[in-house]
Amino acid sequence: MASRRRENPEINAGSMADIAFLLLIFFLVTTTMDTDTGIARKLPPILPENLPPPPPIREKNVFVVLINSNDNLFVEDDYMDVKELREEAKKFISNFGRLENYSDNPQKAVISLQNDRGTSYEMFIAVQNELTAAYSELRNEESKKRFGKDFSELNEKQAKEIQEFYPQKISEAEPVNLGGG
Amino acid sequence: MSKFKKGGKKVTPGISTASLPDIVFILLFFFMVTTTMREVTLLVDNRKPYATEIEKLERKSLVSYIYVGAPKAFLQGQFGSEPRMQLNDSYAKLNEISQWAIAEREAINEAERTLLTVSIKADKEVKMGLITDIKQELRKAQMLKINYSTRKGEIFTDRN
Repeated sequence: MASRRRENPEINAGSMADIAFLLLIFFLVTTTMDTDTGIARKLPPILPENLPPPPPIREKNVFVVLINSNDNLFVEDDYMDVKELREEAKKFISNFGRLENYSDNPQKAVISLQNDRGTSYEMFIAVQNELTAAYSELRNEESKKRFGKDFSELNEKQAKEIQEFYPQKISEAEPVNLGGG
Repeated sequence: MSKFKKGGKKVTPGISTASLPDIVFILLFFFMVTTTMREVTLLVDNRKPYATEIEKLERKSLVSYIYVGAPKAFLQGQFGSEPRMQLNDSYAKLNEISQWAIAEREAINEAERTLLTVSIKADKEVKMGLITDIKQELRKAQMLKINYSTRKGEIFTDRN
């Protein structure tokens, strides 16, 4: 008996790997890798009904984007392909009063996005994406010009300055029934 | 004529597997940290649209999810193929959103309630009518921070 106790046999760690593998496989199966990404938006609060109407915005400062139930895109009443939307939006926002029908300055520019109840979500996201891209490209250009850096690399104060210069004003209008084109 | 010449036959020692558990544990921890548990069983189709201008949703605890899409194929016999909204683990009607919003808000710390974001995970085939209705309900429920959930990629990547 005494001799056996002194031997102090090692615990066999060979099966440890198997246990760890089991755990690993369990986690592999039950978990999903997808990180949640998306386009962030803020909804306007519902206004009380007896409020006076907001001050009118000059028509040239509003960039009207319509999507009808056939997923056709209309910008300022003209048909447009989604691929052209980004450039057109940039042109509208950074017009600085040069051209007629485009905005006076970026602070006043408002993009009004209207969609039909029959518009597909995919098209809606595509348009949202292009409009956001227009703003982020302009912000990048401006921050390159002012600070020589990308917008994402700016510090908080600098980023705020750019954001105030190019405020992202995308208004998702109250729902309407536009019908097919 | 080396002084240190070893005597006897050379025996190739077996490779020690003692460190194998450690390696596997490292892998295990990696997966535990990088992955998130699926909290709900999806009852709707969920092929999210693609977008490039995306932001990451930080702080998972401050995000609530609304799933929108056609019921999954095996449920279509019972529920039809019309897109539906899923809150938590069951289909929900539009008027249930406000109730749900209150519950979600109650569940988090009072100081952080304004940071609560609603992530709308909608299938790309869903029509905007339903999404608009959901948005209106969210406005009524004062849940104004939303996020249209998308996958990263050029728009219309899988359109044929």
